[in-house]
Amino acid sequence: MINDDDTIIAPATAVNESGLAVIRISGKSALLFLNKFFRPAVRSKEMKSHQLYLGHIVDHDQSVVDEVMAVYMASPHSYTTESVAEVHCHGSRQVVRRIIDLAGLLGIRIAQPGEFTYRAYLNGRIDLVQAEAVSRLIQSTSELSRKSALQQLEGHLSRELYRYAHTIKQLLVQIEAWIDFPEEDLPEESIGKISLSAIGIYDAMVNLMASYRTGQHVHEGAIVALAGLPNAGKSSLMNALLKQDRSIVSDIPGTTRDLIEQSTQISGIKVRLVDTAGLRHSDDFIEQEGVRRARNILTTADIILLIMDGSVPVSDLFIDLLAEFSGLQVVLVINKSDLCLVQDDVHFFSGPIVRLSAKYGEGLQDLVDMISSLLLQDHLSSSESPYITERRHYETLLTASQHLNSFIKNVGLVDLDLLSIDLRAALDSLGQITGVITTDDLLNDVFSSFCIGK
Amino acid sequence: MTGYGKKYEVIVVGAGHAGCEAALAAARMGCLTLLLTMGLDTVAQMSCNPSIGGLAKGHLVHEIDALGGEMGLNIDDTGIQFRRLNMRKGPAVRAGRAQADRMAYSARMKLVLESVDLLDLKQGVVDEVVVKNYRVVGVRTREGIEFSGQTVVITAGTFMRGLIHVGMNNYPGGRAGEPAADKLSDCLRSLGFVVGRLKTGTPARLSARSIDFGKLERQSGDNEIRPFSFMNDKIERNQVDCYIAHTNQKTHEIIRNNLDKSPLYAGVIEGVGPRYCPSIEDKVVRFPDKMSHQSFIEPEGVRGAEMYPSGLSTSLPADVQLQYFRSMVGFERVEIMRPGYAIEYDFVEPLQIQSTMETREVAGLYHAGQINGTSGYEEAAGQGLLAGINAALQCQQSEPLIIRRDQGYLGVMVDDLVTQETTEPYRMFTSRAEYRLLLREDNADLRLTQLGRHVGLVSDSRWQRYQEKLELMERAFSVCRDITVTNKNARLCSRFGLGELKSGVTLEQVIKRPEVTVRQVEAEVPELTGFPEKVLEQVEIAIKYEGYIARQIEQVERFVELEKVKIPDDLDYAEVTSISAEVREKLIKYRPSSLGQAGRIQGVTPAAVAVLNVYLRKKTREKTNEAGR
Ligand SMILES: Nc1nc2c(ncn2[C@@H]2O[C@H](COP(=O)(O)OP(=O)(O)O)[C@@H](O)[C@H]2O)c(=O)[nH]1
Ligand SMILES: [Mg+2]
Repeated sequence: MINDDDTIIAPATAVNESGLAVIRISGKSALLFLNKFFRPAVRSKEMKSHQLYLGHIVDHDQSVVDEVMAVYMASPHSYTTESVAEVHCHGSRQVVRRIIDLAGLLGIRIAQPGEFTYRAYLNGRIDLVQAEAVSRLIQSTSELSRKSALQQLEGHLSRELYRYAHTIKQLLVQIEAWIDFPEEDLPEESIGKISLSAIGIYDAMVNLMASYRTGQHVHEGAIVALAGLPNAGKSSLMNALLKQDRSIVSDIPGTTRDLIEQSTQISGIKVRLVDTAGLRHSDDFIEQEGVRRARNILTTADIILLIMDGSVPVSDLFIDLLAEFSGLQVVLVINKSDLCLVQDDVHFFSGPIVRLSAKYGEGLQDLVDMISSLLLQDHLSSSESPYITERRHYETLLTASQHLNSFIKNVGLVDLDLLSIDLRAALDSLGQITGVITTDDLLNDVFSSFCIGK
Repeated sequence: MTGYGKKYEVIVVGAGHAGCEAALAAARMGCLTLLLTMGLDTVAQMSCNPSIGGLAKGHLVHEIDALGGEMGLNIDDTGIQFRRLNMRKGPAVRAGRAQADRMAYSARMKLVLESVDLLDLKQGVVDEVVVKNYRVVGVRTREGIEFSGQTVVITAGTFMRGLIHVGMNNYPGGRAGEPAADKLSDCLRSLGFVVGRLKTGTPARLSARSIDFGKLERQSGDNEIRPFSFMNDKIERNQVDCYIAHTNQKTHEIIRNNLDKSPLYAGVIEGVGPRYCPSIEDKVVRFPDKMSHQSFIEPEGVRGAEMYPSGLSTSLPADVQLQYFRSMVGFERVEIMRPGYAIEYDFVEPLQIQSTMETREVAGLYHAGQINGTSGYEEAAGQGLLAGINAALQCQQSEPLIIRRDQGYLGVMVDDLVTQETTEPYRMFTSRAEYRLLLREDNADLRLTQLGRHVGLVSDSRWQRYQEKLELMERAFSVCRDITVTNKNARLCSRFGLGELKSGVTLEQVIKRPEVTVRQVEAEVPELTGFPEKVLEQVEIAIKYEGYIARQIEQVERFVELEKVKIPDDLDYAEVTSISAEVREKLIKYRPSSLGQAGRIQGVTPAAVAVLNVYLRKKTREKTNEAGR
């Protein structure tokens, strides 16, 4: 059930598709969000309705998240007729995510699909003709869980979630039977023992949540950035991966100055390839800016292809680069394998390495395989294991796991009755994805598992 | 047909647990009330187990008491053994249970009925409910008298077309030895009510003289009796013992060999029995691996020899009953005084009543108790009380009383009745309550006394007592918040393992510690002594379970939002276009009174509730627009 009393947020444009993203917030806290996190370039007392402001979204410690345009639309003159705020930021997934996270701090929640439209309809802004369409939208929302999981993931996710729900329900059945039938001679199993299965499920939940990143790659696409010293062959590799001349290739160091981006598919995954300026000190102002931008994108990339010219000895500058990227997902690409590789000893790097020739395409497939396996982290290679792509699923699962964790921690410390509250909460959260478990289901299980009756 | 001169405001049919509460409530609220029963000697009869309370049922008794009902007082006066269950499983699931002296219970209730001013208690068999223009106007008895009444509450128990089975023999009856009421059921059918059939059963009663109690485990009552009623502080009484007996493989074999003589297994019984109270033949068949089943052997009174063996209800022939009892240890020479039996009876599908207990078909007609497909004295009494209150409120042209799911088990029960399909006799369980931690026995008075006062059922003395408790609680809470324990009080620090304290901690923080009880603190802190036990209990629970309680309150707030969106009873669901045919059918069948209730009907999807929400909002907007024009 959609609760339309709270404030919701969602990107209004597809993330990653464009240089610009629009984030929309609707509800009572919309203005509060702007007051808290938007710092206009020109200070003004308060934001006027329907006026576009230039400024920055800032974190609570005042650090800048992004330069944006923001607009506030006072109720009822907005899409939903509620108070609405819109933020036009750069089309970066990371930026969008950080802004949404900031909103989360104010209790603003992610909108369900179609919820803005639903509110517009609810508040009478959209006419009756659209009723059918909207209701179909809503229908798909609440069934979303079961259906989309089933179709998209061939039921793996659903089965996994049902497994969690089933185990938790069994625990609950045991506890409820102990509580409601104290005078029956029910089998005495220790609560500690039965909670072991809860731990198993909790671990599985944590694993599933870890797949969220993977799932996101499938869903939203990943950023793969090319980095290295000038003339290593970054632009050549970019073109090779794209199979088109996107980036200018030349033997003049410093040819690529700005970020060059292009989306493509790698093993069915949407990938945004970003070619960058060679990372070196330069007095050229434009090149300096290019290097700054390169460093920025590299920190948010899912994979960095660090390209090294194998035909020349490795420089200290390159070793410094390696150090700079430690902790990030780096693939070392030793390029120009068609020439004599003078530098084949790479003891200084312990991560994945691919040798190839960007110019002639030799070894290119190895790199493609490497990228896809890294992005999918083996989750898909064995297509058995489920993964999640929806942020809503992730959040719900997170809540469920927190309740379950609280149960596990409380076993033996608090009363059975209270333990059941944690389990019920976990089950309710899962129910938001898989369908709700009712008291009647529970009682059914109690009666079929135990001989009860006075 | 003779008319009876008096014009009653409320007529109650049947003087079982539901009927007694209904009649008492209506009369005490100032309505001229008539209570008609088939037999004046079987008022508030315990047809089955001679006990009141237990899990969730004890909760119901406390709630009935808080609203100003009689059940709590009646059992406090006539109980012969009291036990509190689940003491170590959490505050919300502790529940009182008492063995009653069956005859004393009935006799006391009759005296109470006879003592209330506006209440006439009469013997008479009601054959017909008289209805004019879809509104009840009175009842007609077999004796040919027509009583006129503004409202009628029917609490017919298992009497409507009751059919008693002992083995393959069956005969009509409302209870062993009492006739059934066939005409009333026919009358309700002809009024358009959908009637279904349920089954229940009771075990044999055994002679105490023939049982070797030396071979059985004894179970005694609690040393300190905790009364059910808010009006009683303590009960000092000699208590009787119960005993625990066990069936064995031999018993099971006898039962198994005689299954062909059980009407249940021969397909003679069509009514559905309760899964939580299966007959012994059911248990043996469904759980073949269980070597033994336990039975409490409970006395039916202080005097008299009849003993009730719990968990052994049956429909097997009397000779087989005797045979299997005698196979049990301690029962080798047992004598059966009354054989056990199964009974089938008519009930009226409760989806035909509203949350007020009033039927949809006939205005002014209320149903309460087993007629709604429930089982249990407490469930019946609770419904009777609500029906009596609402019938009286209708006569007084006041708003009806509806208790929400977050306010009491009474609310959970009625809401379940009007939203869930009845496939077996409905019994209350604590697991049916979503907000269980808030619905405790110990706070029933805090939850409901105010409501009882509002409808005019809570007496001045009860109200004053309640106010005093509130005041004392407030004071005790402020003591706990204000008094801090510091280093100076070294004794206290060491007593509660507080160690070296830099700054003081409040008593509240001390009580929060899992190992500390409020009693220990009370013993050390003079400011806390003198508060009644029940006040300190509230303080302790509120402090210790604060986090969990807060969580449940949060859930309730979300729940109440949807309850607030009312659905008019005459809503034309055909106009709500974007819901599926199945869902629409369900909604038309159950006619939910609020959006929340709609969501609890099985098969009504969250999406459908959302669509309904949209529709209702548009409706209200259209209305306000029209009004504004
Ligand atoms: N032989 C050979 N030359 C390459 C290869 N990849 C790039 N080059 C050459 O190296 C020079 C620099 O290439 P470019 O892609 O512009 O490097 P960037 O500065 O890293 O973008 C160009 O002259 C390319 O033709 C390769 O695999 N083999
Ligand atoms: Mg380049």
